Amino acid sequence: MNENKGAIKKMMIILSKATIENVYAAFVLANGARMEGIESEIFFTFFGLEAVHKKKLDNLHVATVGNPAMHIPTMLGGLPGMEALATSMMKKEMEKIDMPEIPEFLDILSASGVKMWACKLAFDMFHYKKEDLYEGVNDIITVGDFYKKSEGEGVHMLFI
Amino acid sequence: MEKTIAGKTITVNEEGYLTDFSQWDEKVGEEIAKEASISLTPRHWEVLKYLQNEQKNQVALSIRRIGKSGLVDIKEFYALFPNAPLKTATKIAGIPKPASCI
Repeated sequence: MNENKGAIKKMMIILSKATIENVYAAFVLANGARMEGIESEIFFTFFGLEAVHKKKLDNLHVATVGNPAMHIPTMLGGLPGMEALATSMMKKEMEKIDMPEIPEFLDILSASGVKMWACKLAFDMFHYKKEDLYEGVNDIITVGDFYKKSEGEGVHMLFI
Repeated sequence: MEKTIAGKTITVNEEGYLTDFSQWDEKVGEEIAKEASISLTPRHWEVLKYLQNEQKNQVALSIRRIGKSGLVDIKEFYALFPNAPLKTATKIAGIPKPASCI
């Protein structure tokens, strides 16, 4: 941690969830790193893979159940349509602060040089095909490959 | 604080951004670019002028907006100003550092 005064050189972000608030957290952190001249890579694993699945990435939802920050009773959060309603409300607020939607955000990340990796285990488990994935995904790799890519000074790893 | 850039005394903040745009000229821009190891080409100048114009029109600058500028796409912007492009380009252009996360 002490080399180069602890300067961060690379962020390795592991995204394991497909709820929109988690996907945005990963994307904002990855993009923010690039804006500061820090390298960043995202490893999409388990449900996080949906964020780079072409047919699913545009339909991600906010979690209305089991999310105390929603400030609605859990039973109401489970009613039909609640997730869609909360999601559309959140998307409106995001547009106001110039937050891109997921497909545009992926293009920004890709153009900014963020490397994207799909987890092989999750990819196989969900029976995805290579052509299901967003074009900006660099490759389908194992956990071991990801650790290998994380070697070096000033590399930080973050699990979302 | 004050700093001598291209033979002129310029007022900058602690991160090296000009605090008074009227002190900026192209020579000052070139000197700041040199500190960031960038030699400015006509293409750089097109982008820098665009940024200055956006700042004059009080548009909040962000990477997303650069991508939608119609002038330069995000990939080229990163290629022109490697390592923190928005921060570097605004510093060279003599305008404030954008307070944007996107």
